[in-house]
Amino acid sequence: MSKVLLIAEHDGSTLNASTAKVVACARQIDGAEIDVVVLAESAASVAAEAAALESVKRVLTVENAANKTAIAAVLAPQIVALADGYSHIFGPSTTFGKDLMPRVAALLGVNQISDVMSVEGTHVFKRPIYAGNAVVTVEAPADSILVATVRTASYQAVDGGNSAVVESVDVNVELPTHTRFIELQAGSSDRPDLQTAAKVVSGGRALASAENFDLILTLADKLGAAVGASRAAVDAGYVPNEMQVGQTGKIIAPDLYIAIGISGAIQHVTGIKDAGTIVAINKDEEAPIFEVADIGLVADLFKVVPELIDAL
Amino acid sequence: MDKILVGLKRVVDYNVRVRVKTDGSGVETDGVKMSINPFDEIALEEALRIKERGAATEVIVVSIGSAESQQQLRTGLAMGADRAILIQTDDSIDALSRARALLEIANREDPGLIILGKQAIDDDNNQTGQMLAALWGRPQATSASKVELDGTHARVTREVDIGLEIIDVDLPAVLTVDLRMNEPRYVKLPDIMKAKKKPLEEVPLADIGIDPSPSLKETLFEPPAERQKGVMVDDAQGLLAALKDKGLV
Ligand SMILES: Cc1cc2nc3c(=O)[nH]c(=O)nc-3n(C[C@H](O)[C@H](O)[C@H](O)COP(=O)(O)OP(=O)(O)OC[C@H]3O[C@@H](n4cnc5c(N)ncnc54)[C@H](O)[C@@H]3O)c2cc1C
Ligand SMILES: Nc1ncnc2c1ncn2[C@@H]1O[C@H](COP(=O)(O)O)[C@@H](O)[C@H]1O
Repeated sequence: MSKVLLIAEHDGSTLNASTAKVVACARQIDGAEIDVVVLAESAASVAAEAAALESVKRVLTVENAANKTAIAAVLAPQIVALADGYSHIFGPSTTFGKDLMPRVAALLGVNQISDVMSVEGTHVFKRPIYAGNAVVTVEAPADSILVATVRTASYQAVDGGNSAVVESVDVNVELPTHTRFIELQAGSSDRPDLQTAAKVVSGGRALASAENFDLILTLADKLGAAVGASRAAVDAGYVPNEMQVGQTGKIIAPDLYIAIGISGAIQHVTGIKDAGTIVAINKDEEAPIFEVADIGLVADLFKVVPELIDAL
Repeated sequence: MDKILVGLKRVVDYNVRVRVKTDGSGVETDGVKMSINPFDEIALEEALRIKERGAATEVIVVSIGSAESQQQLRTGLAMGADRAILIQTDDSIDALSRARALLEIANREDPGLIILGKQAIDDDNNQTGQMLAALWGRPQATSASKVELDGTHARVTREVDIGLEIIDVDLPAVLTVDLRMNEPRYVKLPDIMKAKKKPLEEVPLADIGIDPSPSLKETLFEPPAERQKGVMVDDAQGLLAALKDKGLV
């Protein structure tokens, strides 16, 4: 039987949506028994959310003032202390999980499978490589613990309504003090979250200025959509880094993705391949974005975007 | 600080559209342009800037791979690194073994900072730096877009999903860099000539006691699922109609 330990991602008070997607992946493993661990300063509210997730058997809480913010070097030894008896340890392929899980794997003396996109067997998984230009099947040894991160865009969150048991556990390990959290500079926005939104409108270099990018924001607001951007738009300073979509930004899977003035470089496209419907607006009919678009419109964005805003 | 160690991986150039071999045994790399992993170029640029500010005395580039990786190390030397180490192996070893190999060099050289890329654009693993930091028992600051050194510690800005996170780490530490950290310099012709005279040491992987056989088996390579060819519309009205059709607006 497989016993899977999932590392909950949270901000100290609420569970991140990535965790329900990691559960969706973990339950594809034959006979998986799923525990979720919440490492926090005070874990109650996050643990209650995790306990509600379908298919979760137990929620473990590890409360410690040192767990107030997620510092990989602090969390990893605690997870290692809990690892005994588990066959798999999973985390999300978000910046939280990417930072933490390889540190856990190395302390356990095993490799990590990054960005699991499908479960093919208890120790066999598929994952994308080369910016999504290829998919590789990876087989891990069955006689050692398996550490992996889950590509959240490949999974639909499991439903709530469960009431798994919540147990507080103690881990007795020495925690390093060599890493200190200073601050988080998070853009405050009333818009939907890019990683979970059903609709996303993204703008690229063609917007040409931060002021012009307001066109994208206005259209997004009309549609109730989250806002994304290409790397070129972020690098040029039109929008902050957390809006970047793609290989090195966010991998997303909204029902609707509208790419405006984005050429469709492979590094961008890899972030949107799982979108339901892709719309592209670009004045160059040869732009590669049209190769992946379900609906394409060859036009000047400065003409059609205001028209769309007016019509909505 | 004395030394900064930088990891340089030889990878298929980011402009190449990689294709899977028809027999599923790997991706086509014959005759394909190879380069330094773009994140590693940024790592090296940052190390060079730190040295140029007088905050370090030597920049050492390290690559694990076949003899061909010498090309990328020479480019690193031409950019300004002082010396290079090639951990030579023809096997494609896994991330943990790579981290162990880098640890050997870290133990030998005792650097104040190790700077790697946040991910290699071939395997897209995003693990080596974190593993190395764990094995070394030192802090890690991943996806860094800014680093400010202050004697015994570093203040690092990290690009995270919800914005920017600032952490403070004791040195020595492992840093992995994101794309917005800096813009790497161009290599000038005279520097390429000079680089030929800089030391490049070769260390066979076997000599540092690392088992090259990967623990993860890559059994099949496939092309990704294709998206269906879509429709073109003529104007904003047409676009809205198509979206209404699909129930999306
Ligand atoms: C290692 C690596 C990782 C990367 N990761 C990412 C990533 O995560 N995400 C990402 O996005 N990129 C990433 N990139 C960069 C990527 O290769 C492209 O450079 C980038 O996506 C280009 O952004 P863009 O499409 O906005 O700009 P451009 O390629 O300059 O495209 C602008 C487009 O706008 C169109 N246009 C211009 N004016 C108008 C107008 N008035 N109306 C309509 N259309 C117009 C043009 O025809 C063009 O197609 C990465 C690159 C590297 C090397
Ligand atoms: N073979 C290698 N030689 C030198 N550095 C490497 C090698 N493999 C990985 N690295 C370093 O580790 C970083 C992350 O790689 P990865 O974990 O494979 O995505 C890279 O950007 C490099 O800096």
